[in-house]
Amino acid sequence: MKKVIAREEHCLNCKLCEVYCRTAHSQSKDVIKAHLRENPVPVSRITVQGDNMLSVAVNCRHCDKPACVEACITGAMQKDPETGVVTCDESRCIGCMTCMTVCGFGVIKSGKFAVKCDLCQGEDMPACVKNCPNNALVYVEVGGAE
Amino acid sequence: MNYIVPEFEIERNPNKCISCGACVRQCSYEVHYFDDDGKTVLADDSKCVACHRCAAVCPTRAIKIKKYDMAYKEHFNWTPTTQKEINLQAATGGVLLSGMSNNKPYPIYWDKILLNASQVTNPSIDPLREPMEIRTFLGKKPEKLEFDEDGGLKTKIPPQIQLETPIMFSAMSFGSISFNAQKSLAMAAKELGTLFNTGEGGLHPKLEEFKDNAVVQVASGRFGVHKQYLESGRFIEIKIGQGAKPGIGGHLPGEKVTVEVSNARMIPVGSDAISPAPHHDIYSIEDLRQLIWSLKEATCYKKPVAVKIAAVHNCSAIVSGVARAGADIIVMDGFRGGTGAAPTRIRDNVGIPIELALAAVDQRLRDESIRSCVSLVAAGSFRNSADIVKAIALGADAVYVASAPLIAMGCHMCQQCHSGKCNWGIATQRPDLVKRLNPEIMYKRVVNLINAWNHEIKEMLGGMGLNSIDSLRGNRLMLRGIGLSEKELEILGISHAGE
Repeated sequence: MKKVIAREEHCLNCKLCEVYCRTAHSQSKDVIKAHLRENPVPVSRITVQGDNMLSVAVNCRHCDKPACVEACITGAMQKDPETGVVTCDESRCIGCMTCMTVCGFGVIKSGKFAVKCDLCQGEDMPACVKNCPNNALVYVEVGGAE
Repeated sequence: MNYIVPEFEIERNPNKCISCGACVRQCSYEVHYFDDDGKTVLADDSKCVACHRCAAVCPTRAIKIKKYDMAYKEHFNWTPTTQKEINLQAATGGVLLSGMSNNKPYPIYWDKILLNASQVTNPSIDPLREPMEIRTFLGKKPEKLEFDEDGGLKTKIPPQIQLETPIMFSAMSFGSISFNAQKSLAMAAKELGTLFNTGEGGLHPKLEEFKDNAVVQVASGRFGVHKQYLESGRFIEIKIGQGAKPGIGGHLPGEKVTVEVSNARMIPVGSDAISPAPHHDIYSIEDLRQLIWSLKEATCYKKPVAVKIAAVHNCSAIVSGVARAGADIIVMDGFRGGTGAAPTRIRDNVGIPIELALAAVDQRLRDESIRSCVSLVAAGSFRNSADIVKAIALGADAVYVASAPLIAMGCHMCQQCHSGKCNWGIATQRPDLVKRLNPEIMYKRVVNLINAWNHEIKEMLGGMGLNSIDSLRGNRLMLRGIGLSEKELEILGISHAGE
């Protein structure tokens, strides 16, 4: 499957990936409205760790055997057998955040429901990759994960 | 009390700012900062250099950089800039430093020269339909060709450099610019079939793969010069002078001499790299001749040797001497040429325009019948393809460009190269800034720029009814001056428009 790969040697710590992730997951899909007018402000599914000297954007790895899916007590967290994308079905999620505690990468955010990267399903390319100014994020086929 | 009024002012639109902090993290001059609430972004205008990095990275275009609108009592002579410079020197006692190139409003002769186009008597050529040659050869050309009885060539041709475009990248050392910037130029040169120039910084081991597209420079500091280095380049360039600072050497401050720079230059980490004003073994044309022939000897006469001089008052006599000293290529750098750092007064007041120098030199070499002994390369600010076409018609074989590709890589001419804080990752050695310039992206932008110029050069040649750049070289009949005095026209060797 295609995954978002972070290349820390090119990461600028500008955090525009976070801005555009929030925008892509907002009601308005508008960068200004999403941040200034929506309540609550959408949560970014990707987080830049580190500082200007060394930084890297971390998001869901869409693992072959996702611990979050195994740990989910309601079956809300699922891995699509065809695309390999791990998503949280908000209609079934009860916000217990067990998934967050078992994720080895710390990429599930807490909210009313578990919030995580869905690889911007329906788009050609995830918003974080499309808007990275320095090609520090690439969307490439990495195999496995069926 | 601070006597210096800021040059710029940051205007942040509160209806657009989303407090993402990208500007705060991206500004190496530390202009932007978060207020104590962690949300409101404030700015210290006095530190802003108008490099536009914040404005470019801002996802909502909330930032506008404006001229600081401080009124001064009108005085034609004592302008705000003049007063600021005096106050800077009154505070520090130092020599004023600047980066990039002469920013004073001297005449730009390229803008006073017009090109010809064919009409009825000889047809213009459409370069999209018919072959159009811009391939360029640099090197000493034989005076005549001799053939044996079977028609084979008897004359031994001196080493020639084949370029797929008359545009090369000027000398910018690893040290003055970042590794990523130099690598982008090297990658672009390889794809374009042209050359980049190592400057006086040695050849970084990671750029060895681009050695077939490298010009290696030997300058007064002799940094990074060894046999393998000399053999790496396509040609060797002895740098005598630089257009931005004729008569002045170079000074790479110790803080820019990182481990990598020290390895490439073969000097201790953190030590200032000082290139003396003169070469201490060259005090005459005869001394220069010795160095030219020593370098030829060291490379088994396989590499052409170029000599680069700044365009100054007697440059035609100097170039004549350099040609007779055995140089294969002569580079002339006009007073609008760029630099990583130069004393402001030198940058803005020393040297002459490349247009006049080039025309005078080409004519002198023709008058002395030694024009074909050397190739002439013009440098010192080519802003677009038309400037290049005009330079070739004035007699240049090829041109060097540097500022234009730097602009393609993000440079906004803030002229702070000497500070080492380049926010675009070009003129800096700070690892957090260098990585902002991703060669994968930037080399492509440089390639696009030069390819666009190549197309335009072909269009202009076609318009003139020429199908080869060789037919344009020194063809001043294709040029007309506009708004120039008799003397200027005489030096340029061109007629006035309407003649």
